[in-house]
Amino acid sequence: MTTAAQRTTGIATPMRGIGGGLLGAIYIVWWRDITRYWRDRARVGASLAQPLLYLVIFGTGLASSLGGGFGATTAGGAGVSYTQFIYPGVISMSVLFTAIFGAMSIVWDREFGFMRELLVAPIDRAAIAIGKTLGGATQAMIQGLILLVLAPFVGVTLAPSVIAEVVVLTFVLAFGLSAMGVALASFMRSMQGFQVVMNFLMMPMFFLSGALFPLVGLPGWMTVLTRLNPASYGIDPIRRVLLGSSGFPVERFAITIFDQTLPIAAEAAVVLGFGAVMLGIAVRAFQRRD
Amino acid sequence: MGRVIEVERLVKKYGDIEAVRGIDLAVEQGEVFGFLGPNGAGKTTTISILCTLLRPTAGQARVAGIDVSRDPGAVRSRIGLVFQDPSLDDQLTARENLDLHGRIYGIAGPVRRQRIDELLQVVELADRANSLVRTFSGGMKRRLEIARGVLHHPQVLFLDEPTLGLDPQTRKHIWDYLNELRRREGVTLFMTTHYMDEAEFCDRIAIIDRGQIVALGTPVELKGRIGGDVITVSVGDVPAAAQEIQTRFGIAPLAANGTLRIEVPDGASFLPRLVRELPMRIDSVSLSRPSLDDVFLKLTGHAIRAEGASDKEMMRNMGRMWRGGRR
Repeated sequence: MTTAAQRTTGIATPMRGIGGGLLGAIYIVWWRDITRYWRDRARVGASLAQPLLYLVIFGTGLASSLGGGFGATTAGGAGVSYTQFIYPGVISMSVLFTAIFGAMSIVWDREFGFMRELLVAPIDRAAIAIGKTLGGATQAMIQGLILLVLAPFVGVTLAPSVIAEVVVLTFVLAFGLSAMGVALASFMRSMQGFQVVMNFLMMPMFFLSGALFPLVGLPGWMTVLTRLNPASYGIDPIRRVLLGSSGFPVERFAITIFDQTLPIAAEAAVVLGFGAVMLGIAVRAFQRRD
Repeated sequence: MGRVIEVERLVKKYGDIEAVRGIDLAVEQGEVFGFLGPNGAGKTTTISILCTLLRPTAGQARVAGIDVSRDPGAVRSRIGLVFQDPSLDDQLTARENLDLHGRIYGIAGPVRRQRIDELLQVVELADRANSLVRTFSGGMKRRLEIARGVLHHPQVLFLDEPTLGLDPQTRKHIWDYLNELRRREGVTLFMTTHYMDEAEFCDRIAIIDRGQIVALGTPVELKGRIGGDVITVSVGDVPAAAQEIQTRFGIAPLAANGTLRIEVPDGASFLPRLVRELPMRIDSVSLSRPSLDDVFLKLTGHAIRAEGASDKEMMRNMGRMWRGGRR
């Protein structure tokens, strides 16, 4: 039997305020996402199908019609095959799609799912936005990094230091995109908006990100759009590290702004900054009540 | 004892639409309070305001003595909530769902585990504690949600249509668990429903229609508003029969669902007269003590009914189909 004394101790200690409470709540939200992800391994496998199609069929097909000499230097140095070129792009695509799809699930979850449990809980709702962003980013990062097992087939060698760098850069990209997804989802009230996000944001972002073709020598309008696309700054460093370390001449595909090649750290900073702004918007949106 | 919920002149507007139009009510500690009305009457909106999910447009609401607009966090730690749709994570086990809740509400480890075991016993899910919620039936999910709702010893447990979509036998079981928890924990239950038979289990009921409370009292008091008995007649031509009854007996019957309801002080003696004197063919006739359905019909002029599906309703149904199909 429960006594009155036990009862009062039960309600006396809800998580309040900033500090341990906020971190604890972020961890709970994150933990839930990761546990779900881990339990749904069938989905993890299925979601690898699309990147593989791009890499194996699209990549091979286009490489053949390009004559295999994609990006070969006139000076006779080693060239990059098209399949090799899009390999980091396909990793990024996996990150992009996982991050946005994951965030869109919030819309459903908030109206009819578990998230309502979190919304009525005595926790700062910032924890929900942050936990969701980090949970989505972790999943998207893993979905991208799984594709590193294909490196030997593409002819890319992976030194431990390269893997470490790629892990960090992939997480940066995943964080930026996940934060954007959560911010978008926080303003959507029905799944109908999802098609719009898909067609007018996700696909253009993907096509204009440098995942499928180099962002050099493009028409002016397209150059501008690709430079405004935050995903460009996430994908470029992954390619430079992943292919550059195997000795491929990829620096000339790097993003330039006014003919200046950006350092990798600067590119990562752009994506992190973008993610931070998006996360700020998401936090504000979650804290607002109708 | 004391008032655990106090609502004064509560209003909620969505643009020009007034979903809640000036509600007053008070609920005592330990009471089972029923909020009765058709879909779209403002039940869920009111409950959402009391649970700090929505902000009131005007008026005041205090839960556990705390103003819901001023300190929503303090209100949240003192209430439990069972939603209309399951809000469990069905990829987690029953125990994990409860554990997550306990952590969020800051209940320390050993106390939390003990409390979870205790509640799993109460709702008879101890043997399924480590099964994924995905494998649970609708009734089992509801039981688990109720256990979760009281895990942190709330002063009030809000239940929005807690038995919606469950079969009658399961509904009865849910009520057994609720009564058991109420007895053990002394928690106040505030629930919405549109099942009239369930409203009978409440200590007091507020009937809400089109955003306003049209009656408030114990089930007995409310039924007392109907003088005597109710006769329900099913006839082919409802308007013509209504006209006849009006002219012959001087009683205005209420038409609902192709039948006529007549309130009379002494049904047993009126019934033979009605059958004898009504010129048209009668398909069926029944005599009953007034039910809350009759009270509702009398007070609002219409039967409790499901309104056209809103966007949200459609999305919910889609979800049910989708979730059902995956099982």
